[in-house]
Formats: sequence, C-alpha cells, structure tokens
Amino acid sequence: MSYHWNWPIFWEQSPEGTGTYFVMLLRGLLTTVEVAGLAWCVALGAGVAVGLCRVLPGRVNRAFGTAWVELFRNVPLLVQLFLWYFVLPEVVPERFGDWLKSLQSAPFLIAVVGIGLFTSARIAEQLRAGLGALPRGQMAAGTALGLTTLQTYRYVLLPMAFRVILPPLTGELVSLIKNTSVALTIGLLELTARARAMQEFSFQVFEAFTAATIGYVVINLGATMFMRWLERRTRLPGYLT
Amino acid sequence: MRHAMTVLTAALSLSALYFSALSGSALAQTANRTGTLKTIADTRTLTLGVRESSVPFSYLDERQQTVGYAIDICLAVADAIKAELGLPELKIVMNPVTSSTRIPLLSNGTIDMECGSTTNNPERQKQVTFSNTYFLTASKFAARRSAGLTMIDSLRGKAVASTSGTVNIAQLNRVNTDRGLDLTIMAGKDYAETFLLLESGRATALVLDDVLLASLIASSKEPGAYAISDDAFGQPEPYSIMLRRDDAPFKAVVDRATAALFTSPSGAALYAKWFLSPIPPRGLTLGLAMTPALARALRMPSDSPDPAHYAP
Repeated sequence: MSYHWNWPIFWEQSPEGTGTYFVMLLRGLLTTVEVAGLAWCVALGAGVAVGLCRVLPGRVNRAFGTAWVELFRNVPLLVQLFLWYFVLPEVVPERFGDWLKSLQSAPFLIAVVGIGLFTSARIAEQLRAGLGALPRGQMAAGTALGLTTLQTYRYVLLPMAFRVILPPLTGELVSLIKNTSVALTIGLLELTARARAMQEFSFQVFEAFTAATIGYVVINLGATMFMRWLERRTRLPGYLT
Repeated sequence: MRHAMTVLTAALSLSALYFSALSGSALAQTANRTGTLKTIADTRTLTLGVRESSVPFSYLDERQQTVGYAIDICLAVADAIKAELGLPELKIVMNPVTSSTRIPLLSNGTIDMECGSTTNNPERQKQVTFSNTYFLTASKFAARRSAGLTMIDSLRGKAVASTSGTVNIAQLNRVNTDRGLDLTIMAGKDYAETFLLLESGRATALVLDDVLLASLIASSKEPGAYAISDDAFGQPEPYSIMLRRDDAPFKAVVDRATAALFTSPSGAALYAKWFLSPIPPRGLTLGLAMTPALARALRMPSDSPDPAHYAP
C-alpha cells in the first residue's frame, strides 16, 4: 500500500473557498442532522396516522393504509427520491412544476419528505405490530369502561403500544439517519456528499471517509442514547420489563 | 536413488533450457527491478484502471468492451512496457474504477495505472503522480441555444448546475464569489445526473469540462438544442495517466512511451480517431478540433500540473 496519509488535511482550505475541509465536513454533518430530524418528525406523524388507519375498523381506511405501506415500503428509497425530484415537477401543472424547479431548497425539502414517507411505512407496520402485541383484554376493558374506540386507542392502547415499539423505533431512527446519505443523489450536500467532494479535491480518500464514518457513529450513538433514556423514562413499573 | 538422480538432472537441464530460451538481458534486468515494473515482470500482467462512462476517454462500447482515447494510449504504453521488460507476452486486465475507488485501488496495487479523464493538479500530486498530458480542458458552460447565453456574466442571478466534487464546481464557486454573480449553484452527483438538471430545466446552465459537455450534448436526446460557451471559468487543465507516486522507474517507462506516441504521427491520428470521427456506441462525432495549446502539449510532452505551462 503506497498511500500517503495526511491527517492535517482537515485544516487546509477547501478549493470551494468557504473555509477548511473540516468546516466543509461540519456543514455536511449539520445538514445530515437537520434532514434526519425533520424527516423523523414526518415519519412519526405519517407513520402513526397510517398505522392507525390499518387497525381501526373500516374498509376504506384499511385499504388506504395497506396501499400506503406497500407503496412506500416496496419501492427503493433511491427511486422514490428520483420520482419526487425529477418526475413530480413534470406531472403537476406546468406553473406549479416550474415553481418547484426554481425552489432553491428543493433537494433539502424532498429529502425530508421522501425519506420521511419511506420510513413512515415502516413505522406504521411497527405500530400495528405493537398494537397487536397487546393483550386483547385491554380493548375489551376500554369498551367496558364506556370509552369509545378512539378514546380506547388514545388512553389505553397507544400509550402501551408506543412503549412496546420503542426498541425497534430506535433501529428505525438509526436507519433513517444513515438513509439520509441517499439524498446526495439529488444534490443534497450532506455528510457523505461532502466527504466525496473532499476526496475528489484532495485525493485523501481514507481521511475523508474516516471523518464521515466518525460523524455518523457520533450522531447514531447520540440518537441511540436518547432513545435508551426515553425507554427508561417511560418504563412502567411491573410491566414489560 | 539412481532413478531420483536422473529425474533431478532432467529437471535441472530442462529449467536451464527454459531460462536460456528467455532473452538473457531481460533475465538480468528482472533480478534488480523494483516496484511496479517488478510486479509486472513477475506476474506478466498489467492492470489498467478504466472508467465506464468517460466518453471518449474510457468507456464501454456496445459490446461492453472498454474503449477510448486514454485506453488506446495505455495500450501503446503496455506495448512499450512489454518491450522494455522483454516479456514474450503481457496480459492486460481492465479493472473498472470510479472517482471514489481510483485512489485506494492505485495505492494498494490493484491497478497499475488509471486510464480515464483525471485532471493532473498540484493538490493531487501529493498523493499520486501523472505521466505526460494527453488532453487539455477548460471549465465552460452549456445552456439551451434558445437562451442565447454565451458569456459568464450573462448568467447573473440564474440557477447553474455542476457535478459535486469536481474541479469545475470549485471554479464555479470561486467565479461566483469573485464577480458577485449571485448564482444559485446546484450540485449533481454524477455527469449524467447533472445533465438531467439542465435537460429538465432545473438549471439554466451546466458547468463542466468542455469535452464532457460536448460528449453529454452529443449523446443527449436533442444535440442541436444546446450550445457551449466560448467564455471559460479558468485556464485549460491537463488530463493524464495517473500512476503511483515514488515509483520513478515505472513512470520513466510510461513517460517515454507516451512521449514517443504523442510526437509521432500516431498521436494526431489517435486524436482524430476519437474526437473528429464517429465513435462507438452510436456513431456520434464529437467534432472537437485540436486546440493550439493541445497541439503544443503533444509536440512537447510534459507532465506539468500547472495550467500556465500550457497557456499559449
């Protein structure tokens, strides 16, 4: 191996003229965190709504929920982002399409929505599984207390189901953070894109990707620790321990 | 015992025959060769790092064979290496690389040289080295002919695309800041995708090496609809064969071979074959006449990374 290591490279100016390589990577890291955070909100919101659609009584909402899950779960994320970014502006009315194309933050917004909806299908399934894991008696107990179906879900089933699915949700969050790197294909300058740019400019491949790896590990460890803390915080004494 | 002795003697005399059959000088040289030349002599294999879509330098044709201007140059170098080492045969392996894998694969010895469209610049010289320049290219922009844009200043306030991690996007950023053009700069992941930004109307102009623009336009759905600017974002920069650093004997062989090729009539013929004639896979012609600067660079071969060296 005749590789010339050059760790101080991070303190050299990047040719983009916006600071050192370190600053460049840090900007990417920030974008990754922003996209992941917002996409997680989209994923949780849509995921819970769709998950409920799949379990609540009624044929229309169940069909809708199933269609949503199968659509977003079975199409590769990369293809979904391409569809949102390149195809959507062509199929909507021309004026709206042109507005979409001129949108400066389009890659960011599409990454948030695209990755968020992709993950929502997975969260919906986990919520359904979490609800299914609860003893059937809980639903009956809610009804016996005179609660409506929605009230039973709101006050009895969902609080328990969320506790059940917290560990798999941690996995989803970590996947989502790593999935943000797919957004580099629609031009989002997140951590992986910045690392690629750095290796193209400087040819210091291993330094660039080592830094990116450390970046992802730090974010993911932070996310995992937060979720662990949340698990401990919300644990009910004598239940599910 | 006697039987064993006979077998041993036979084996010894056979191997002596075999070695004397090889050219004596090559054998003597092989003994004290080092680095890449030694590996090539030992394995009788030369591994080229090739690209899959760098038209017309190194790309796949309709039979999925890697062809191109850089490939032809590397094959000529391979012949020179074979002659230099006195090898009866030299196996050439084409190993596909991308912009992300070319450095690791060159460093760890998977490939011996990269034959693609890699810019030789001082930054990269810290990690690798380059042979003689075979092409010069400047960052220019392409826009729809109907937009009537030819000068960089006419792009003021518009959305402009380039490929992330290229020399081009760095130059674009610099010009944007220096001239206060207030551009919206969009970064595509690779060339094909960046072109899609222009084609779909997300970007008004596309900034890349002029030769890449020409090949992207030639292979697009409507080649007549786009025009390349005369105005350039910087001086033409050199493309060259990328080699491992600190292997002077190997570089010397490659330099000699490329210099001999470029200064012979085959150099110009090779240029005409790839830039002025129909090329695979679809028989399109790029129609890029040789610039005076490149003609000079081929006449007086140089491995300088400095654009000023090639300026007229």
